[in-house]
Amino acid sequence: MLVHGLTALLSHWRRHPLQFAMLLLGLALATALWSAVQAINGEARASYQRAAAVVGQDRLDQLVHADGSRIAQTEYITLRKAGWLVSPVLEGEKRYGGERLRILGVDPVTLPAEAAEVNVGAAGLGLARFITPPGVLIVSAATAQRLQGEETPPLAIDDAMPPGTAMTDIGISQSLLEAPGEVSRLLLAPRQPPDVRPLAEIAPDLVKRAPAVESDLSRLTDSFHLNLTAFGFLAFAVGLFIVHSAIGLAFEQRRPTVRTLRALGLPLRGLILLMVVELLVLSLAAGLAGVALGYGVASLLLPDVAASLRGLYGAEVPGTLSIRPSVWGLGLAIAVAGTLASAASRLWRIATMPLLAPARPRAWSLASERGLRLQAAGGLTLLAVALLIVRFGAGLVAGFAALGAMLLGAALLLPLVLSLLLKLGQRLSKGVVAQWFWADTRQQLPGLSLALMALLLALAANAGVGTMVQSFRLTFIGWLDQRLPSELYVSTRSNAESQKVHDWLATRSDAVLPVWNAESRMFGEPVQIYGVADHATYRQHWPMLEATPDAWDRIARGDGVLANEQLARRQHLQLGVPIILEQGRVLPLVGIYSDYGNPRGQLIVGVGLLTQLYPDASRLRYAVRVAPERVPQLMAALHDTFDLPAENVIDQASVKAFSLRIFERTFAVTAALNVLTLGVAAIAIFASLLTLSDMRLAQLAPAWATGLTLRRLALLEILRSAALACFTMLAAVPVGLALAWMLLAVVNVEAFGWRLPMHVFPLDWLRLCLLAVASAILAALLPALWLMRRQPAELVKVFANER
Amino acid sequence: MLLELHDVSKSYPTGEGVLQVLRGVSLELAAGESLALTGESGSGKSTLLHLAGGLDRADGGAIRFAGRDITGLGDGALATFRRESVGLVFQQFNLIPSLDVASNLAFQARLGGRFDAAWTERLTARLGLAQLLARYPEQLSGGQQQRVAIGRALAARPKLILADEPTGNLDEATGDAVLDLMLALLAETGAALLMVTHSMRLAARLGRRVNLAAGKLG
Amino acid sequence: MNARIVLLALLLLATPALGQGFAGLGSDVRGFAVPQPDVALVFPQDHGAHPQYRIEWWYVTANLTGADGQEYGAQWTLFRSALAPGEKPGWQSPQVWMGHAALTTASAHHSGERVGRGGVGQAGVSLSPFAATIDDWSLTSRASAGADPLSAVTIAAAGRRFSYTLDLDAKGPLVLQGDRGYSVKSAHGQASDYYSQPFYAVTGTIRIEDRDVAVTGQAWFDHEWSSQPLAADQTGWDWFSFHFEDGEKLMGFRLRDSAAGFTSATWISADGRPEPLPPGALSVTPEAWHDVKGHRVPVQWRLTLPAKHLDVTTSALNEEAWMDTQVAYWEGPVRITGSHRGRGYVEMTGY
Repeated sequence: MLVHGLTALLSHWRRHPLQFAMLLLGLALATALWSAVQAINGEARASYQRAAAVVGQDRLDQLVHADGSRIAQTEYITLRKAGWLVSPVLEGEKRYGGERLRILGVDPVTLPAEAAEVNVGAAGLGLARFITPPGVLIVSAATAQRLQGEETPPLAIDDAMPPGTAMTDIGISQSLLEAPGEVSRLLLAPRQPPDVRPLAEIAPDLVKRAPAVESDLSRLTDSFHLNLTAFGFLAFAVGLFIVHSAIGLAFEQRRPTVRTLRALGLPLRGLILLMVVELLVLSLAAGLAGVALGYGVASLLLPDVAASLRGLYGAEVPGTLSIRPSVWGLGLAIAVAGTLASAASRLWRIATMPLLAPARPRAWSLASERGLRLQAAGGLTLLAVALLIVRFGAGLVAGFAALGAMLLGAALLLPLVLSLLLKLGQRLSKGVVAQWFWADTRQQLPGLSLALMALLLALAANAGVGTMVQSFRLTFIGWLDQRLPSELYVSTRSNAESQKVHDWLATRSDAVLPVWNAESRMFGEPVQIYGVADHATYRQHWPMLEATPDAWDRIARGDGVLANEQLARRQHLQLGVPIILEQGRVLPLVGIYSDYGNPRGQLIVGVGLLTQLYPDASRLRYAVRVAPERVPQLMAALHDTFDLPAENVIDQASVKAFSLRIFERTFAVTAALNVLTLGVAAIAIFASLLTLSDMRLAQLAPAWATGLTLRRLALLEILRSAALACFTMLAAVPVGLALAWMLLAVVNVEAFGWRLPMHVFPLDWLRLCLLAVASAILAALLPALWLMRRQPAELVKVFANER
Repeated sequence: MLLELHDVSKSYPTGEGVLQVLRGVSLELAAGESLALTGESGSGKSTLLHLAGGLDRADGGAIRFAGRDITGLGDGALATFRRESVGLVFQQFNLIPSLDVASNLAFQARLGGRFDAAWTERLTARLGLAQLLARYPEQLSGGQQQRVAIGRALAARPKLILADEPTGNLDEATGDAVLDLMLALLAETGAALLMVTHSMRLAARLGRRVNLAAGKLG
Repeated sequence: MNARIVLLALLLLATPALGQGFAGLGSDVRGFAVPQPDVALVFPQDHGAHPQYRIEWWYVTANLTGADGQEYGAQWTLFRSALAPGEKPGWQSPQVWMGHAALTTASAHHSGERVGRGGVGQAGVSLSPFAATIDDWSLTSRASAGADPLSAVTIAAAGRRFSYTLDLDAKGPLVLQGDRGYSVKSAHGQASDYYSQPFYAVTGTIRIEDRDVAVTGQAWFDHEWSSQPLAADQTGWDWFSFHFEDGEKLMGFRLRDSAAGFTSATWISADGRPEPLPPGALSVTPEAWHDVKGHRVPVQWRLTLPAKHLDVTTSALNEEAWMDTQVAYWEGPVRITGSHRGRGYVEMTGY
């Protein structure tokens, strides 16, 4: 019985193959974009995890200097001699050609088992070879490829190594990093002997740091990934609209079948079961296809993601994907859940429908009028919720929740807004065809509203994110001009060279400004501290957001501190608050400056104070003021005199170009997802129009019979689709603006710590509108062509039961 | 002659081959005349009506309306012909669902540029639709819908009304009332009527009757 | 695979599965110095490390009696293993050090382990003053100037749930094993340099499971170095150090191979005169076995040495005295009964 029931139900799909295809396509696309984002995020997170796990920071307590400076090796020995089971790690960066390599030096002998993620003895390595110069760098295969031809110690491959990271013996690392007798931190074995003397007695300057559940890296990049996730959700929501409308239509059209089956004795329970099984099979098949497709999309996007993560955060993510069971599981689960959620109301209706309910098609316009109002009320409620979250919420998740509520609310409001717009159109139009056009368009709304809501989401996201990116770009370019006023930037390789280069430049340029900095840990986060000279360059150009009038005088006197915007926002710092620096020095905050593109907190003090408080500060870099026309000549001379590598001497234009390139790549992924989302929305419209085209015949035939040609009707159909897209775009503009505002004023502040002014780019909207109209026309083209090709006989069949 | 059909033939491709629906039918209808077209199911009555109304094209023969051959007209000209010269009343799916009663009534007349407000108003009153103008087709009963269809067909004062089982979906009493109304209004406007029906009782109320059997007039 | 295990494979250089004896001690010599007969040991220099040799150990086992009347056993060991011959400065040093310490009671066996690299000060042996250390574990000389550094030493070690500090005072001379310190380990001529101090009287304190106990007793010190102490076919050894009640001592070992094995013994008179016995003179027979931590080891031995009218049986103070260290073995105090009575230590490797 069930088998025959299933056959009857499935026969529907045989007769409506396009509907079937659309259902699968919608579901597969929704799952694909979602899975793509998941796969990318998964890859990146796994990479951070590996980076953190490679020496067990994620599992072991560590001892570090409170100020982030390195620990003397003798202190390590002292601790061991006192019975503490600690193991030294030296970490640092080294450049090989253009490649930046993170070097991790470990002592394989004392390394706690919990920290040994990477097999030191792999690749036939002997401990003797590992610890004896020139030693061995253990790197991943990809990193090894990038280092090919560079003068590195011999490489050994272990793909458990995170990209861009090399593990080597502590002794080898000390010579590579020019840090003899120094270690960065000490790993504490989980089981320490009892009765050892307390740390405070033996090493009072060291602090214990709990295992980093999330590394600094994953915290910094969190916002980036949350961004992607939000887009994944958006794309999934848009795809789900297709599924919902396809399922809705299929259930509606199968009501007679359902009634007949029940009349013939199939129990309701069995019927529902059959339909659920059918949906499960469909969604699993589509889900599988979707996840596979998602991996395809992800592998296309990943290089850009990896590039922007590297550029923005220095986070190394491999450019290739690995297959993650979690992505498959989650993808399939969300496909099934989405399908069942889309079908739930339909199933409920069938479950509660009296056996002999009339099987006539839905009373479209009347039912919808009421439904529209109800839906709009829901939309307004969501908008109110969004407002409340913006007003009272805090945090990135709240920001995205507000965004979600706002977008969904706007989408729910859309049908009513369109209905009102179309009513207005009808009232304003004179001609009978025009009036019919508007009236008929309005009648199509219920059937198309889901697809149009999807379009609204896609358009609003495009407009909003576009506005955000463009605003950011405009601000960023202006800021670069302020931030990089010097004509030349020089990095030296040692303190001795630094001094020589400084003296050499001093006589050949207008000014040599030190760009010296130290790393510290303040307010529970890593903070960079820069020292600047007292020079007009800073007084005139520095992108100050707010400052006391005498800020630069105080900096010059060593009597004040500047903080970047993100640090000030995160720590709620206001002008005048005391900042506690090294050696107990407390200075007031005298200014806050914008510092886009840098996720870290930063402070600026006078350069004299920097070297006084942080004797270990890096003193290698300089900004040079010189007449622009003399730059090439000076660069060449620098190169000749000091044999500085090309990447150590960079002119202003190159720095700017580099910064802009990072910027562009950062948003390349966003743009790609935007376009994909718009594509999904276009497919949603196409699917809806296609499934509606059969139903349309009965509505168009009377107009045709009373004297309109098929060609004209077909043109009107295309026009209708274009008009709906156009109106949806109109509705999307305010939503997009609201979205942009929320991104700039709420999400960015939470995610990156800076707030940007909003700029409006109406030409972009026009372009977007044209794109939307074009995709709507494209979507309507095929059904319209079909309509034009209809034989009169098919149309008159509508009117007669016989010939 | 208002309408002349001369040796008209029509066939349709079907699953089992070509179905010859009309096999050389000739028919004449004078202005103001009313003609009932009867026949068994499948005899080709509706097809004949569709050909006469320019909804479909004949395979052979000639159809002339007011002396003008419409057999060779293109889609556009046929649409114009329908718009200006013919009023259609069908058994079902007759009205435009997205328009209210008032708009449906006026639709064809305005489409053909022959809208006459006074006449439409009178027509509305005669059809008893005055209270229903703001309603939509699906809010109407079958009899009400059919009255709107008749009103729309007559609003443009066409010379010819084509009706296909106009009372087929209605109960007998309502059907009779609708037909009464239609005949009375036809008398007022002087339009000719070609009505397909399988009911001898209804056919008897028209001026003349022809019977179609196996694609030929009997 | 975990780096530590790999490390140990490197450190102790192979696994028995590779056919190179216990912990790889049978592998070949590759540039390392080899013990020579007829080369006299010179003290105090030879108390120190011999980096030209591949492996070396300083080994103390003590049979103790607590103020509480209970019997205890203590072990203190420092191993040196060279990845390459010789010494280099800093982290480049090829010397890797490993400490083992244990405290055994009738009902418990606590052990600890330390590892470290040479060259940076974490572990090593210095001569003046004499000290063998790894982390906070040490064997340090308390000898007065001019006396042999080992005539008075203190050993200290701590692990989870145990620690001890014991003063060891020599009541007799150093004893050279084998042929004046040249100890043959197989019929193929594998040998080590080997001397002992079996005459230590012990006083000190042990701390076990948060309880301090004053102890006294006897201790035995071994210092042995070699580059290839085992033949390739030898899979492990059984080693015995006995203090008899009449003041005589016995050191004996059996190296197991696929055949009958290789036994060797030194009889030490109460005044410290060693009497090396020819290979095969000592015969050892396991009489009872016990399963501990997945290993089946003999816990009761019968030793006979007809030349000395010796026929004794050992019984372990604690049959669970398994050293659950990365290189694992059984090491624990025993009581001796039979023709002679006394206390001692048994070590069994390769089970």
